This record gives sequence, C-alpha cells and structure tokens, in this order.
Amino acid sequence: MKVSRKWLNDYIDISDIETSEIVKKMPLVGNEIEDNYKLCEGTNLVVGKVLSMERHPDSDKLHVCMVDVKDETLQIVCGAPNVDAGQKVIVAKVGATLPNNITISPVKLRGIESNGMICSLEELGIESKYVPERSKGGIHILDSDAPVGMDAIKYLCYDDEVIDFELTSNRSDLFSMLGMAYEFRAVYGGDVKLPETSYKEIDKKVSDNLDLSIQTINCPLYTAKIVEDVKIKESPNFIKARLMAAGIRPINNVVDISNYVMIEYGQPLHFFDTKKLGNKILVRMAKDKEEMTTLDGVKRVLDETDIVITNGEEIVALAGVMGGLNTEVDENTTSITIESAVFNPYNIRLTSKSVLRSEASSRYEKGIDTNRTIEALNRACHLLEKYADAKILKGHVVHSEINKIEKEIDITLDKINSVLGMNLSEDKVLDIFDKLGFEVSINNKTYKVKVPSRRLDISIKEDIIEEIGRIYGYENMEGTLPISNSNNGGRSDKQNFIREIKNILKSCGLNEVLTYSLTSLNDIHSFTKDEFNYIEVASPMSEDKKVLRHSLIPSLLNVIEYNLSRNQNNCMIFEDSNIYYKIDNEYEEENYISGALCGTYIDNSWNGTKIDCDFYLTKGIVEKVLSYLKLDNRYELRTNDIPESFHPYRSAGIYVDNELVGYVGEVLRTINKNKVYVFELSVNKLMSKKIRSIKMKEIPKFPSITKDVAFVLDRDVTANEVIKEIKKNGGRLLVDIDVFDVYVGDKIDENTKSIAFKLKFQDNTRTLTDEEVMNVFHKIINGVTDKLDAKLRDK
Amino acid sequence: METNSKTRAIKEELETKLGSIDNLKSLNDLKIEYLGKKGKITQLSSLMKDLNNDEKKEFGKNLNILKKTLEEKLDDLAKVLEEKELNERLIKESIDVTLPATKVCVGTDHVLNKTIEEVEDLFISMGYTVEEGPEVETDLYNFEMLNLPKSHPARDMQDTFYINEEVLLRSQTSPVQVRTMLKNKEKTPIKIICPGKVYRRDDDDATHSHEFHQIEGLVVDKNISMSDLKGTLEIMAKKLFGENKKVRFRPSYFPFTEPSVEVDLTCFKCEGKGCSMCKGTGWIEVLGAGMVHPNVLKGCGYDPEKYTGFAFGLGVERIAMLKYEIDDIRNFYINDKRFNEQFGVTKGGNNNESK
Repeated sequence: MKVSRKWLNDYIDISDIETSEIVKKMPLVGNEIEDNYKLCEGTNLVVGKVLSMERHPDSDKLHVCMVDVKDETLQIVCGAPNVDAGQKVIVAKVGATLPNNITISPVKLRGIESNGMICSLEELGIESKYVPERSKGGIHILDSDAPVGMDAIKYLCYDDEVIDFELTSNRSDLFSMLGMAYEFRAVYGGDVKLPETSYKEIDKKVSDNLDLSIQTINCPLYTAKIVEDVKIKESPNFIKARLMAAGIRPINNVVDISNYVMIEYGQPLHFFDTKKLGNKILVRMAKDKEEMTTLDGVKRVLDETDIVITNGEEIVALAGVMGGLNTEVDENTTSITIESAVFNPYNIRLTSKSVLRSEASSRYEKGIDTNRTIEALNRACHLLEKYADAKILKGHVVHSEINKIEKEIDITLDKINSVLGMNLSEDKVLDIFDKLGFEVSINNKTYKVKVPSRRLDISIKEDIIEEIGRIYGYENMEGTLPISNSNNGGRSDKQNFIREIKNILKSCGLNEVLTYSLTSLNDIHSFTKDEFNYIEVASPMSEDKKVLRHSLIPSLLNVIEYNLSRNQNNCMIFEDSNIYYKIDNEYEEENYISGALCGTYIDNSWNGTKIDCDFYLTKGIVEKVLSYLKLDNRYELRTNDIPESFHPYRSAGIYVDNELVGYVGEVLRTINKNKVYVFELSVNKLMSKKIRSIKMKEIPKFPSITKDVAFVLDRDVTANEVIKEIKKNGGRLLVDIDVFDVYVGDKIDENTKSIAFKLKFQDNTRTLTDEEVMNVFHKIINGVTDKLDAKLRDK
Repeated sequence: METNSKTRAIKEELETKLGSIDNLKSLNDLKIEYLGKKGKITQLSSLMKDLNNDEKKEFGKNLNILKKTLEEKLDDLAKVLEEKELNERLIKESIDVTLPATKVCVGTDHVLNKTIEEVEDLFISMGYTVEEGPEVETDLYNFEMLNLPKSHPARDMQDTFYINEEVLLRSQTSPVQVRTMLKNKEKTPIKIICPGKVYRRDDDDATHSHEFHQIEGLVVDKNISMSDLKGTLEIMAKKLFGENKKVRFRPSYFPFTEPSVEVDLTCFKCEGKGCSMCKGTGWIEVLGAGMVHPNVLKGCGYDPEKYTGFAFGLGVERIAMLKYEIDDIRNFYINDKRFNEQFGVTKGGNNNESK
C-alpha cells in the first residue's frame, strides 16, 4: 500500500511527524515499510508561458522559445516537437535540479543561448505509465489557467512523499487511507477526520430507473446509485497526483474518482455507462465456460465459482475483479450507474487467481468493511458532483443480507498481562484501547471491548492482546524464561543411533553431504530392488524435480560427478536422509545412510603411499559400522539379486540375520573414467537388530599359537564358504582367521585359486600344547578339503 | 717382583691400545683379548702357582683390583662409543620434516546439520526434546490444524508441493507441533524442538530453494507468556550468535500464532551500527514466532483457557548464511568439496563475536 503523506494528512494531522520517524516506528507496530520517496525530486521548477517560438537557425529539431516566468523572460532552446507559443509549461530555471543528478546551467546550443529547460514529466522523474497520452514524447503542457511563476511542483501537487507499506495479509483495513489514518492515530494519537460525503439530489429516483436482483448468496450487499449529466474531463491535479502516488494511472475525472474512493475507503466501486447497461442489474454465479470480455479487451472464460454482474441479458462485469468492455465509461458517457458492493472473499480469490488480480480484487479477497459500502457510494457522488458536474438521482438501490452484529470481546487485565508476561496498569491498557478507537466498558474487572467494523482481523481475546502488546511496544518487554517442571530433554534413540553411525563414517574420513529429495524419474529404481511405487508431486517445477527418491545413491553420484568435473578427484561422501515410497496408498519414508567413494583414500605421492578407494575399502567402512553395532558376526554379503546399476560381479547385498539391510558395490555407470564405490544402509533395519550390551571380556593371559594354511579351490568357491567350514571345525580354540594371500595364476590349475589363511589358536585358561593345536588344525584341513573339494597348496 | 712388572706391563699395554679404540667392535675385541676367558689378564693368574701363600693372596687381590679398574675403563669407553654410534646412526636416519604429510582424512558434518546440532544441543540443555515428523504430510496437519482452513487467504503465502488433494510435501516444520500435541494423550506440558526438511514451490536462486531446513520450537504449559518467548530467544541469540546479540520483536501475522512476531537479531555484520546487510537498520530478521493460536491448541486437545504456549520457527539455511557469510543458498546442495570442507575441518574462531 503506497501512502501519500498529503492525502493521509486530509484525515489525520501528521504534519509534525517526520517521515524518517514514521519509517522507524511503523515496523515496530507491525507495519513493514518497503520504501519511502518523494513523488518528484526536482527543485526550482516554475510554471512558465511560452511567449514566442521560432525555429533554431542551425537545427531542424531545436526551437528558440521566449518564456515568461513572471519575474523575467527567459530564452530557452527546446527540442520537444510539441512546444508552441501560448503554452503553459514547466520550466527548470538555471540552478534547478532534476532527478538523476541533473543541474540546469546556462548553455549555448548551436550558438544560441539557453537559460533553462522546458520539462517533460519524465524529466521530473515521473514514470512514463503515468504520463498522459498528449504529453508523451514531448514536454508536458499545463492547463491554460496555470499561474505563471508558480512553483510547478506545487501546482502539479507533486510536493508529496510516498511511504510504501508492506502490510500483513490480515490487516485488510490498512488497504485504505482511512484505515491508515486510524492506525496512525493508534500510534501517534490525534483525531480522524472523515471525508465529505454530502451532495444534492435531483427529483428523479434511482429506484425508478434501476431494477436490482441478486441471485447468489455470494453477494451479501449490493448498493447502487445513478448520476447524470456527467462531464468527462481530466481530473484536478491533486487527484491525479494522489492516484499516481498510490500507483494508479490517472485516466479521466470519472474513472479517477472511482479509484480515489477505493483508496480512501478500501471499498472498490464500479462505474457502468448507464446507457450501455440499461436499467437492470442481476448478480449471479457464472455458468461453466461462459465467456465475457473485460475492460482490458481480453476475452475471459469463466466457471461456476465466478460471480458475475449482468444486465439480465449479458455479463457486464466480473464481480469484484474487473468491469466488462461492453459497459465501459468513455468520453461520451453522460450517465453512470455506480456499484458499491460486497462479495464473498473466497470466490473473488478464486476468480482473481484464475482470471486476474486487480486493485479491487485484492481488497475484496482480504475482506472489506461493510459499514463503508454506502459511505463510499456517497463519497463518489460528492466527488462526481464536485469534479464532473454530475446530477445525482435520489435514493439508493440496496440489497442487503448483512446482519450488523457488533463484535464484542470480553477480556481481563490479568489475562492480558499473563499472556504478554508484562505488568501493564489498567490506565495504560485503557489508554491503548482509546488510541485504537476500541470502545470499552468495564464490568467487574472484565473489559467489554467493542471492535470497530473495519478491524476484520480481530475476533478473539488473543487478537486484543496482540493489539495491546504491539501498541505498547514489545521493545519494552523484558525477557523471562518458562517456569515448568518438564522432563529431561534429549534426542530420540533413533536420532542418537544415526549420530553414532555418522560419527563412524566421519572418523573413516567421509564428508557429509545434503542433496535434494526431489529427483528425476530416470534413476528411481536403479539402485534398489524394491517394487514399491514412487511418489510424484502433482505439479512439478521441472522434470528433474518430479519424484521423491527411492535411493540416495543417484544424488551422491551427482555430487561426485560435480566435483570430478572440477578436478576434485578424491571424494568420499555420505548422506543421511529419507527415501520415500508408496505401498497400497500409504506414503512411507525411511531413513537411509549411504556413501560413495571415488579416487584415492590416502595419498602421499612423493613417498609412494597410496590407497585407492575400492570395493574392499568400502566394505571395510561398512564393516566398521556393522562391527560398531556388534553385528559383524551376524552379517554376510550375497551376490545374487543386485540392482541394475551396480556392477553385477563386484557388488553384494548386505544381509544381517538373513535380512537384506543394504548394498555395497561398484557402480556400473562410469563417471569420467573414475570408478565409484557405494553403499547404502537402512537405518530402520539396522536399528531393529537386538544387540547385547557391552560386558568386559578377559584379556587373554596365555600365549597364542598361529598356523598358516593355503587351500587350492575351485574359482567359484568364496572365501566366506571356506571360513565357515574352518570355523565349523576349529571349535573353541580357534580365535581368529585372517586371509593373507589370494593367488590365481600359472602356478596352479586353471579355474582354481589359492587362498591362504592365518589361523590363531588360544585358550584363556592355559598354554596350549602344539599337539592339541595340530589336532584341531588337521581337523580343519580335512574339513575344508572334504567339503569344498580343496587341496592343500604345496609350499 | 716379576708378577708386578708383568701386570704393570699388560696394564700399560692395554691402556695404550685403548687410546686408539674408536668403535665398539674393536673395544669388544680388546675386551676379549685382555679380559676374556683366555685373555691376557686372565692368564696372569697362571703366575699364581709360583708364589707363596701370602704372595698368592696379595697377587690375587691386586689382580682383582686391576681387572675391576680395567673393566670400568672399558665400560666407560663403551658408553662413550655407544652414544657416538647411536648418534651417527640417528644422523643417517634424518628426514626432511618439511616434505608434505600423508593426508589423513577426517570427515566433516554438512554445515546445515552442524547448525541444526548446535541449535538442538542448546535447547536440549534447556530441557527440550528433539521431535521429528514426516516430510510427506497431510494437508490436515500442515495447514488445517494450524488454523489454515482450505479457504484461508494466507495459503497463498506458501506455495506448496501437493501430491494429491490431501497429501503434500510439508511446507513447514509446524505439523510436528500438531503431531506432538496430539500424541500426548495426557496433555502434559510440552517442550520440543523439531528440525527438518521442508519444501516450497520456489524457483531455486541465490536466496530461494525448493527444499530447505527449518527448526521449530514449541513450549506448551500453564502460564507460558510472550516474555518467556523473548527470554528464550534471547538466550538462543547469545549462545549461538554471540553475547552481544539483542532480540527485537516486530508484530506480524501468522495464522497459527496470536500474537505473532517477526524476530530480529542485532546485525551480524555491523553489530547494530547499520550497514548494507541490514539496510541501515542494525537489525536482521531471523525467525518468526508467536503465542500458539487457541484454535491450534484446541484442535490438539489442549484447553486454551488453561494452557498457553509459544512457538517459533527459524530457517537453518538463513542462519548458516548469516553466520558464515554465505551468499548463495544453492551452495548447501551443490556439495562442492571445497565448500563443504570449510565448515568442519577447521574449528574456526567464534563466528559469533564481532570481528
């Protein structure tokens, strides 16, 4: 809401309050200010009369003008095509300043002296949309009665400042100058002066000339008036300037008055050309696909939620939004039917969303003060009589289903103070009510607060409390802390569980990343085998942000790709986030922790230290997590059923207690020739595994014995199968198994491989003898050779 | 006495030789030559047989003293030589310590999660519980129960990703308030902090992101007041952003709180003097807050006549951007390694204090 200071001053005296003070104070009572500026920045501009105009002897475009500015006659060279003798113009005298840091000084233009400048409105800093057609592309020609020598800024009523408020959507009352006046009163005190609404009426009755019929509940109040003998012309300067300050383009006196009153009262009006309208107004809901052409010449297709004004035959206005082209007021209009009505805000909101948002609709959407509907109509008549010579027909046509119930809210001083946490006195509170214009009667410590009809935002006690708080000023509130017997705070088990896993990953050198949940449909199932449906947003912003992801891995690969393309070749990252899916119309989300590794893990080139990221490193990181969760003896990797984007022979499902909890493996897709290794773990599944609490284990006091053995096996036999067999035969004394060599090559048969194990035997109660170890060792060798068709490898 | 002269001669001989010993090996050889089982001094005892008893006694005694003296001498020299040799070996082992180190990786938190954890930890210390809720939320919890019925104009303020008419991607963390209050069947007091991801239909640019993070705080109890909200946020401002930070309330409007306020903190850059970042006001808006609207309390089963509450919601990205002077919100989601590692690898001074 752009507020002209001069206009506002008509309703409340703010002449003593500096704009800078307003800009500081108003946000602290809830009214943000986006900007404030002078309507026109120029100085030393006067009204001048062009006495004579001659062609410049050395130019086709320039003119030499003699201009009377009362005290003197100035010779000014002017390039505007529309300058002519006899015109009243705006003259920037020598020493004048204009926007964009222009200062006028005497110059010679092609040899001819020029002592000033004849100005266009644009040169005064007026936006070109406000410049009337006749002044476009040239100087602005003033009315012939403009007094020569007068300050031109004053004459045009541009000596004004604009304060541009960014208001909260609940304060519909502030979208009017009157509402603003009451708000200024609440803050600064003073009295609100209402606009003049009186006018003379002719004998002809409105009711004899207009048949009103309302056929929808979405128009609870409709009032109309007819005026005749209207003279269409330009508005007086003050109206034009004020509308410009409010951001509205002046058109002609009649259209300007309808806008002027809307800004004053917050009540949108609509003017129909009575001749074009006829003598009937019928308000109804539009039919589906019904068409009309609005004032702007655009054909609109309507639906059943739009309210329309018709003349019984055709639509003449889209209610609350914009008039129809067919009943537009034009330069030949002599009689106007004025509408001042109230429409259901919800319908207007739907219409303005689907058709267009106008100054009128934005006010209707927020809700308007129904007490001002008739007042605004009368104000329009007053102004039309004054500035358009209108003759006003007698009476009003009114349809009203509004029940005027005054809003009254009961509240106590205790309640106010306890919610605010303050200790305000009764005097202070009553003073604030008075400034707000809320009538209060006190009944046994209870305040009965009458809420003015303009304040649609106030309906409960808490609204009243907010009013007291904001006008008193929160800056005067001392902070306190809640006194409560609450329990201990903290994180949930799951939050702690995730933090612990994240700590392990960080300790392994992985950096946490955060990526978007919305992703493209392409990758949705490439890293999962689940059959669940994906969740898609109804109106996506783009194809790559369309569905909620099923796996974090594609996002991690994007991060790696981004970094690789910027020569960040070593990336070890992880993310803890949700994945989302749909089962039988139930929406599910589940926490996953995924990681991706690429490049070199540890590197020191000059001394040859280098560990590259590979499957076994990635597996090692997964194992660290599992072992932290004490699941290292309960998990196994299985290579069947791998999602399609994993390398089929270098990836595995991670199974804990025979349940799939995630994957680890190499990514099939090759990024920049770099191999990427990834893992994904389901937090829920890992958390569901019961694990024993930590109990101290005795540290072995007796020495251990180690034995090495290498088996030659069929290629397809996995290390895990051998280890299982070794464990089965090793019994209690076998405490550790380690693989120290894997060999495939010339020294053994084709299609075989050799795996060498280091076995460690130990007993906590005594020193083992070589003999008993050898017994177990042989049992192990026999077991493996029998069961897995293995041979001992010769040394 | 022949024995004495022999002894002396050997002693002198040994002492002469000792003078030219410069390494442990020669010293050891020398030790064996003289003091070994068949060494020259040991062999002197063979002279014993020609002596009488008294002489034997005397000679034996002298011989022992000689042995001891010589052994000590040899040992002393050995120590010197050992030290010398150790030193020589260490010199040979010398390395250039200024060569580049082997890079040990230490993982880092994402700066947003780091920020969330800082806020969580502070509020946990004040007795708050960390609550979470689903991101795929219902219209009911995201809007309706927060006093935003379907026809409410303020719904336009938030452009939401809908999945169908009733299901959406939550546009705020406030539905966690509703869920927590509903879940609490005994309707006992509540003190929670709810971090999480939220979604809005915004085009991504330097200051907008279609996904971002919020932290919601909610306290519901008897006699909770607006000044409690202010005091709580004052502690947050001081602990998270520096002791000199002040809190300012500006009245505002949110459908789910009444009264509602926007909360400003002393500008991070100019400390209140006024600068381009705070548009000369000295204040920076960081969060929205207010007293829980009675309709919200009622809807969640709390009697608004008995209970009051405050709620606040802050944007994690905004906080991190202000604190670390990050100028583009997209940085958080691009995850350039060089960006991410800035906030976890080094501790950094206290960003909270003025520079």
